[in-house]
Amino acid sequence: MINKPERPHTVSDTNELILARDRQLEDFSGFLDVDGAGGLPSLKASRKAAIERFAEIGFPDRRNEDWKYTNVAPIARTAFARPTGEIPYIDAAELAPYRFGDDSSPRLVFVDGRYAPSLSTNGATTKGVTLLPLAEAVRTRAADVEPWLGQCLDDTNRPFAALNTAFFEDGVFLHLEKGVRVESPIELVFIATAGGDTPLASHPRIVIGAEAGAVATVTETHVGVGEGVSLTNVATEIMAREGAHVFHYRTTHLPDEAFHISTLAVRQEGKTDVTSCTISIGGRITRNDYHAIMAGEDGLCALRGLAKLRGREHVDNHLRVEHAAPACESREYFKSVLEDESRSAFTGRIFVHQIAQKTDGKQTNSNLLLSENAQADSRPQLEIFADDVKCTHAALTGQLDEDAIFYLRARGLSEREATSILVRAFAGEIIDTIKVDALRELVEERLFSRESSIDAGAPGKSGALQEAV
Amino acid sequence: MLEIRNLHASVDGNEILRGVNLTVNAGEVHSIMGPNGSGKSTLAQVLAGREDYEVTEGEVIYKGRDLLEMEPDERACEGVFLAFQYPVEIPGVSMNYFLRAALNSVRRHRGEKELDAVGYLKLVREQSKIVELDEKLLGRAVNEGFSGGEKKRNEIFQMALLEPALSILDETDSGLDIDALRIVADGVNKLRSPERAMVIVTHYQRLLDYIVPDFVHVLVDGRIVKSGGKELAHELEKQGYAGVDAGRAVAASS
Repeated sequence: MINKPERPHTVSDTNELILARDRQLEDFSGFLDVDGAGGLPSLKASRKAAIERFAEIGFPDRRNEDWKYTNVAPIARTAFARPTGEIPYIDAAELAPYRFGDDSSPRLVFVDGRYAPSLSTNGATTKGVTLLPLAEAVRTRAADVEPWLGQCLDDTNRPFAALNTAFFEDGVFLHLEKGVRVESPIELVFIATAGGDTPLASHPRIVIGAEAGAVATVTETHVGVGEGVSLTNVATEIMAREGAHVFHYRTTHLPDEAFHISTLAVRQEGKTDVTSCTISIGGRITRNDYHAIMAGEDGLCALRGLAKLRGREHVDNHLRVEHAAPACESREYFKSVLEDESRSAFTGRIFVHQIAQKTDGKQTNSNLLLSENAQADSRPQLEIFADDVKCTHAALTGQLDEDAIFYLRARGLSEREATSILVRAFAGEIIDTIKVDALRELVEERLFSRESSIDAGAPGKSGALQEAV
Repeated sequence: MLEIRNLHASVDGNEILRGVNLTVNAGEVHSIMGPNGSGKSTLAQVLAGREDYEVTEGEVIYKGRDLLEMEPDERACEGVFLAFQYPVEIPGVSMNYFLRAALNSVRRHRGEKELDAVGYLKLVREQSKIVELDEKLLGRAVNEGFSGGEKKRNEIFQMALLEPALSILDETDSGLDIDALRIVADGVNKLRSPERAMVIVTHYQRLLDYIVPDFVHVLVDGRIVKSGGKELAHELEKQGYAGVDAGRAVAASS
């Protein structure tokens, strides 16, 4: 039914990726039969189109420039199952360390991609706000969902985004009417369970539509429960209309074997402000894809991220920010702190269309290596087709400042304390931008309570962060 | 309190200290003077525990213990304080956070109770007056954007807070105008006591007009070539270090 285009392959990895692709295609045939998205006929067509695109591109190998630094073979070769049957019981206490809101603010909780009403609260309802599990919204409010679902997400060359469209079962639909201001943050929690017979994959979809002048803060929290393999492949769409402000925070708290893929698709129409900050903690492979399109004048888009890695953890932030209208401002600021044999990658691309005069774009990536065996790859990229723009990029990778360590130690602080203070200071530049106090405190606590393998301090002799090639 | 015996130290294979001998007792203020490159700062750094320098020979006994065996933070907790020639800027770490962490680290080591926020602020308010340090600086990152004078005053302020037994001031006078110099010197003088010793490393005699030392030593080519009382500093001012060098040559040939 679905074409399986041939691809040249010479290595077994490629073979494996093709087999993995074919397994997804077979799964899809079964999935469509049970898909509950009956209320929205166009969704069925979108799913088919998405799986066709996935069939074309398949799982990317390392020759694909967009995936140069992340080997997806460990994900592709795992035979993930879709969660079925009853939603497993999760003790609310298990979530407590990752929760920050009180019960007056709305909270939707999902377990392996499926809505868990017993863990969720409606919070105080605000007039003009529609907040629903996506499956329910598709079932009961199809006409309201249709104008927003899939409007931002371009999965042409994004295999995991395509898989999300093909397979998402549930997620969140948030619609803000004109001028609505939601005071408390809307808390979305996604739990990936592990440790069962078969590893599970979930593909939650979050759809946020902010009409003119609407203001809201949305937090996405991803938590792994149980030791073992799991895959979360989340896609978040944010559409902001004239004057809207959307603040989006994503934090991942994952066990060692978890895989996490995210796609954030943003479309800004008019003078809007969209800010997103992702904090990545734990997990085996994390890949965060961003695609922002600034399609209205005077828009502001700020994307930030912080990853703290240890062991063999891997975090890859891959961005594409498009200035498609004049006088927009974009900011990309990503940092990573690497211990042991961990690895981070950053690809930041600012694409300035010819029409986008007076663009102000800036991207910065800094990485702090706490181990000789850690590695940070950085690719800041600018592609500019307008002639009156201001665009800068900077990449810094280095070790802790030895002079600063000595200064702190000469005042009585142990090497461990000194290192920890400097790491906090480095991370603070991202953490301090989190405007939700309770979330910021939680992030600090989670980031620095994790057992660290720092004991011998930083190797090497280099002083301050040094310019990387 | 401090006894340095035949100390040799090198960096990247170059021997900088070539057999320094020095005894400092409680209550004494010693000044170490010498031309550029004579090893004054190296001596200060070695005493504070900087690992860039390799001690190849000799020993340093501090309060009856082998100082060179101690980590830099242990030295600090045991009462050794280095006022840096070039205080380090540490972006993202506020002065208040840094000072309280340092104070409590030292207090823990001494078996004293840690300071809470109120106790800390009270102490800081008192001590910052000693060097006329603007309290606003304490809300800023450590040394970041401080003027040269503010950085040096900040060093003496930290010294006042941590109450060290042995203070080593490494060219604290360099880069200070006369007013700042007087403030810094006043601060140091207030901290002089029979229990405390100070080693003041300086290139110029100027600082010693304000902080009057008990002993002056002249360091040339990694060795102390001459020691005397405070009048030696004035002698050096008149003759320059060349005169001392000549004296050494005579002494060596006789």
